[in-house]
Amino acid sequence: MSLKVLVGVKRVIDYAVKIRVRPDKLGVVTDGVKHSMNPFDEIAIEEAVRLKEKKIAKEVIAVSCGPAQAQETIRTALAMGADRGIHVEVPAKEMEKLEPLHVSKILAKLVEKEGGDLLIVGKQAIDDDTNATAQMTASLLNWPQATFASEIKKTDGELEVTREIDGGLESIKVKLPAVVSADLRLNEPRYATLPNIMKAKKKKIQKMKPGDLSVDVTPHLEVVEVLDPPVREAGIKVDDVEGLVTKLKEAGRI
Amino acid sequence: MVRGASSVLLKPKTTEEVSAILSYCNQHKLAVCPQGGNTGLVGGSVPVFDEVIISMALMNQVESVDSWSGVVVCQSGCVLEALDQHVAEHGLMVPLDLGAKGSCHIGGNVSTNAGGLRLLRYGSLHGSVLGVEAVLASGEVIDCLSTMKKDNTGYDLKHLFIGSEGTLGIVTKLAINCPPRPTAVNLAFLGLQSFDDVLQTFRDAKSKLGEILSSCEFIDRSSLECVEENLKLKSPIEPHPYYMLIETSGSNGDHDEEKLNTFLEYVMTSGQVTDGTVATEPSRIQHIWSLRERIAESLIADGYTYKYDISIPLPHFYKMVEDMREHLGSSIIRCCGYGHIGDGNLHLNITSKEYEKEILSRIEPTIFEWTARVKGSISAEHGLGFKKRNYIHFSKSDGAIGLMKQMKKIMDPNGILNPYKVLPDN
Repeated sequence: MSLKVLVGVKRVIDYAVKIRVRPDKLGVVTDGVKHSMNPFDEIAIEEAVRLKEKKIAKEVIAVSCGPAQAQETIRTALAMGADRGIHVEVPAKEMEKLEPLHVSKILAKLVEKEGGDLLIVGKQAIDDDTNATAQMTASLLNWPQATFASEIKKTDGELEVTREIDGGLESIKVKLPAVVSADLRLNEPRYATLPNIMKAKKKKIQKMKPGDLSVDVTPHLEVVEVLDPPVREAGIKVDDVEGLVTKLKEAGRI
Repeated sequence: MVRGASSVLLKPKTTEEVSAILSYCNQHKLAVCPQGGNTGLVGGSVPVFDEVIISMALMNQVESVDSWSGVVVCQSGCVLEALDQHVAEHGLMVPLDLGAKGSCHIGGNVSTNAGGLRLLRYGSLHGSVLGVEAVLASGEVIDCLSTMKKDNTGYDLKHLFIGSEGTLGIVTKLAINCPPRPTAVNLAFLGLQSFDDVLQTFRDAKSKLGEILSSCEFIDRSSLECVEENLKLKSPIEPHPYYMLIETSGSNGDHDEEKLNTFLEYVMTSGQVTDGTVATEPSRIQHIWSLRERIAESLIADGYTYKYDISIPLPHFYKMVEDMREHLGSSIIRCCGYGHIGDGNLHLNITSKEYEKEILSRIEPTIFEWTARVKGSISAEHGLGFKKRNYIHFSKSDGAIGLMKQMKKIMDPNGILNPYKVLPDN
C-alpha cells in the first residue's frame, strides 16, 4: 500500500532575524525581511521524503498558502525531494489575517481533491505558535490525528506514532488515512543540494485560489495590538540569605 | 596555548588615564602588557613575567557615526560584534569579521592587523583605518585621529600602530571607514574532489562573481571531520576531500542570485564541483559559517593544538598540509588545513592528545623553512606575539629587522611596552 502524502509548508520570517514591531503596532515588519520555511515544516517534508525513499509513500506533494514568494518555499520542498507543489495564492495583506481555521479548511479540501492518504504538517508555525492546524484539519476530515510526532512507523494499514508529551513519550496507533504533526526530534532535515535544486526547477507547481476550493477566508479574529516584550530589568545582588528573605518580603513575594 | 600571571591589572576608562599609567610606568621602568579581548593566538597579550596588565575593556564607547561618510569613531575597547551591531543601525558594517567577534576588541584587531573572513572584499585594516589615537611609552598622547579618507600630510604614523601588537604604543581611539551593509547575502558550500579544482573554482568565482564576491574560504576533509566529531555539527553535503565556502554580498538579491546560480551551474556542469548547497536565509547561513568558524574550537577537544598561520603562493597551498601530514605520520591525531584561500592564507593545525616537545621539534622549524623556501609569510594574520618572534627572520630580512629594532628604541627607550613580544631576542 503506497501512500499519497501531502505536506503543508509555511513561509515564515527566518528564525535568525531580529523581529521588529511595526510602527502601527498591528504586526511585525515583513518588508525586506528574510523569510524561510517554518523549521517544523522542514521536518515534515524530510519525513515525507524519507517515507518515499523507504517506498512507503509513492508521491509527496508540498502545499503552501501565501503570496507569490510562497513559491520559493515550495521550491525548497521540491529540492528536498517532494514531487510537485500546490500554491494556494493568498495576497500579502490577506496573509496577515489568514487563520489556522482557514488553512485547515484549505488543506482538508486539497487532501480530499488529491485523494491523499496522509497529511503531515509541522506542529506549529514559529510566527503565530498556534499549534492548531493539524488538529482542526483532522477534525474537518474526520481523520485520526497523531500530533507532536517524534517517530513514525508504518504497520499494516496503520501508523505507530511516538508522541512527545509533557510527561515523556506516548505511543499510539492510528488508522490510515491520518493527519500527523511533526515535532522537533522527528528527524534532522537534509539540506537541498545543488543537483536537486536544479532538478526542482523543472518540477510542477500548480496554482489556485482559496475560492477554487470554496473556502472563505474572511477573518474571524482582529489583532488589537502587537507589543514588544517588556525590557528585562537588571537584577540586584544581596549579601546573604537574610538579605534575600527581606527583599522577597518587600516585594510581596513571601 | 600560553599562560601568564601578574599581580596588577588596570582598567582605564579614558585616554588620559592610559597616559597617566604609562607615564608612571615609564618613570619607574615598569613593563606593561596591554590586553584586548584575549583572543590572540600567539601569546601577544599574555604577560611573560610580572608586567602590569592594562585591560582596555572599559574603553568601549562609540563616539560618533557619520552616516554620510560611513566613518565611525570609537574607543579601542569596543567588542567587534557590538561595534558592528551599533553601526548596523546606520546601515553600515565594520569591514572586518572573524570567528572571535563576540570577544575580540577593535583595538586588538587593529594592533594585530587582523585579516578575517572578508579581507578579500574589504581589504586590510591598513586601508580601512583612517585614524588612530595612541599613547606612547612616555605617556605622550599621539593624535592621528583623522576621519578623512585622504590625508597626505606628512608621514602616515597610524600605520606604525596597526599590526605592531602593542609594542610601539597603546591604541586608545580609532576612526574606521565602514562600508554600506549589504542587503543581499548568499552563501554557497561546495564539495570538490581535488585541490586543482579548488584553485580553478576560486579563479572562476573571481571572474564570474567578482564584484559581489565577499568571501572565499577553504576547508579540507580533516577539518570538517573534526567539527563533525567534536562539535556534532552536520555537513550539508556528502563527504568530499575538499570544501569551499563562497559568499556574495550585494545590493540586489535577485541580481546576485542570478549571478550565483549561473556560476554554480557552470562549476557543476564542468565537474569542478561535485556537490554543494546554497543559502540565503540567515539561519542557514549562520549554520554553514559555523562549519568554518568553529574549527579552531573543535580542535581544542582533541587535546593540544599546534597552530600555524601561513601565507603561501596558491599552487603550493595544500602541498604543505600533505607534506606535514606525511612527515608527522601516526605521532599525531590530525593534521588539517583550512583558511582564507582568497587571500592565500592557510591555517595549518596539528593536534595531539597532550603537548609533546618531540612533536613540536618535528614541526618547527621545518614548517618555517618550508615557508621561507616559497617566500611565504610565517604569520599571515596572527602576528608574532610571544610564540613566533624568534622566527621573524624566516620572513623578513636582517636589514628590515634591524630598522624595526631602531624604531622600537626611539619610541620605547625603556622597553616597557609589551616586552618579549614581536621582535626577536638576539
